[in-house]
Amino acid sequence: MDRPRFRPHAGKITVDNMIENKDLREEEFLINMGPQHPSTHGVLRLILKMEGEFIRDLTPYVGYLHRSIEKIAENRTYNQFMPFTDRIDYCASMPSNLAWATAVEKLAAIEVPERAEYLRVIMVELNRIASHLIWLGTMSLDLGAVTPFLYAFREREWILDLFEMTCGQRLTYHYIRIGGVARDIPVEFEKSCRAFIKDFRRRVDDYEAILTENPIFLGRTKDIGILPLDLAKDLGASGPTIRGSNYGWDIRKVEPYSVYDRFDFQIPIGANGDVWDRYMVRIEEFRQSCKIIEQALDGLPEGDTVRSKLPTVLRPPAGEVFSRIEAPRGEMGYYIVSNGDKKPFRVKIRTASYGNLQCLRPTSIGLKIADLVAIFGSLDVILPEVDR
Amino acid sequence: MGIIEKVPAYIERLPGGGIVTTSMDWVLNQSRASSLWYMLFGLACCAIEMMAAGASRYDFDRFGMIFRASPRQADLMFVAGTVTHKMSKRVKLLYEQMAEPSYVFAMGGCACNGGPFYYDCYSVLKGIDQVIPVDIYIPGCPPRPESLMEGCLKLQEKIKKEKMSDWASDRKEV
Ligand code: SF4
Repeated sequence: MDRPRFRPHAGKITVDNMIENKDLREEEFLINMGPQHPSTHGVLRLILKMEGEFIRDLTPYVGYLHRSIEKIAENRTYNQFMPFTDRIDYCASMPSNLAWATAVEKLAAIEVPERAEYLRVIMVELNRIASHLIWLGTMSLDLGAVTPFLYAFREREWILDLFEMTCGQRLTYHYIRIGGVARDIPVEFEKSCRAFIKDFRRRVDDYEAILTENPIFLGRTKDIGILPLDLAKDLGASGPTIRGSNYGWDIRKVEPYSVYDRFDFQIPIGANGDVWDRYMVRIEEFRQSCKIIEQALDGLPEGDTVRSKLPTVLRPPAGEVFSRIEAPRGEMGYYIVSNGDKKPFRVKIRTASYGNLQCLRPTSIGLKIADLVAIFGSLDVILPEVDR
Repeated sequence: MGIIEKVPAYIERLPGGGIVTTSMDWVLNQSRASSLWYMLFGLACCAIEMMAAGASRYDFDRFGMIFRASPRQADLMFVAGTVTHKMSKRVKLLYEQMAEPSYVFAMGGCACNGGPFYYDCYSVLKGIDQVIPVDIYIPGCPPRPESLMEGCLKLQEKIKKEKMSDWASDRKEV
């Protein structure tokens, strides 16, 4: 192969001289980013076609975390599959649990006690905050700000304490069960939760003081990675990603499930769909989630937390069902085909991250590699959701 | 001067200073054990707990453990999460890129033996020890940060028992 060789310069080393000697060449080159890369949030692999600092093309390669969860679902009973839903979206296990529980309840026509519905809402919203905190921490870490990472994890630990006192786990909760929730909340929960909400409102203002108007942060995020609404719709984006593009698509509002129609909350939307808008949407969602949790705590009715007289082995009637909820990353749904057996015949999982990851390519072409990190952080993709 | 009392050393005081005669093994092991830099390598759920262990409340920095993004700078690798067959080649490559002496933690059920994905699963490696040697196994799904720290203390004990003469053994032959 004919390789370019080093040739001694004729005369002084200047740019003109280098061009004359043809030492300065322009060509496209490929960069492999991942699967082990601190800012790919797991095991995403990107092949970037670069021209200097600029991205000309990009291909994500997925499948490094394919755990065949859909296949496992065919070999488990409906209740046995619940722990696996925790592991599909581990940053937000409660919403995954809820999505599976609502799908099975819809299939088998199971009523859920009111108190359980309220507890589900509280837990899911707390988990939404926890999940957005991980996003805030990791995204700002990718942009070079270490402080928000430490702050975000400090607040997250409080939420984890609340979960731990309820169900004993820190990450994979398995708390929401088919027909209700696993157990009632302990007596201290309400006080601690209210204290958290009170404290957290102030903390959100702190995050905003650090980031929102910070010139470095603005420079890294404003007008970067603009996702037009049509494109977002075509690619199947959902959650804060599509809401950042000025579209109020939230399953909690458009197709209320559980008891979400009883609460008063707004859907924050962004203006033009850049990284900063997606950031602002999530920051605003912190506040809205706090509002929902407070209302749910106020209205928490007495009663059972799990529907009694459920058979130990559930055999839903034959048929198929699709049910979706609004997880922190967007729309999450389960499509179940049942043939009347104790195990599902087929389960298809619709996750938000897969659609959101597709937005990475069109938004980042033409930008610099450092912007790619910001865009990827703002999409809040989590790989087990993509690969399943 | 707390530490100097624990040194297996002969100390002679001279005007204006002193002479310490001690074992090379002890000095090296002590310094290696108290500055373990780990590779930031998250695979799945367990990685979130690893991050939590490094963040505000649990604070790995107390152990002298700072995360590095590159295997070249790391002494220690937490295999935190599910390793699929597709990923296992990369994990092995990363392990081989780490400078000697390097240590491996199998964190969580998945890395120990496949964990919840042991049965009915065609794509998950049943234990990372099929690919690379493991020093410490931490069970749990996911393990709490406390167990991670217990593991680190165990590793420090292990390091402190090492001899320079053992280093020549080729650990990298899997
Ligand atoms: S051991 Fe459990 S928590 Fe850890 S990676 Fe495996 S499934 Fe996730």
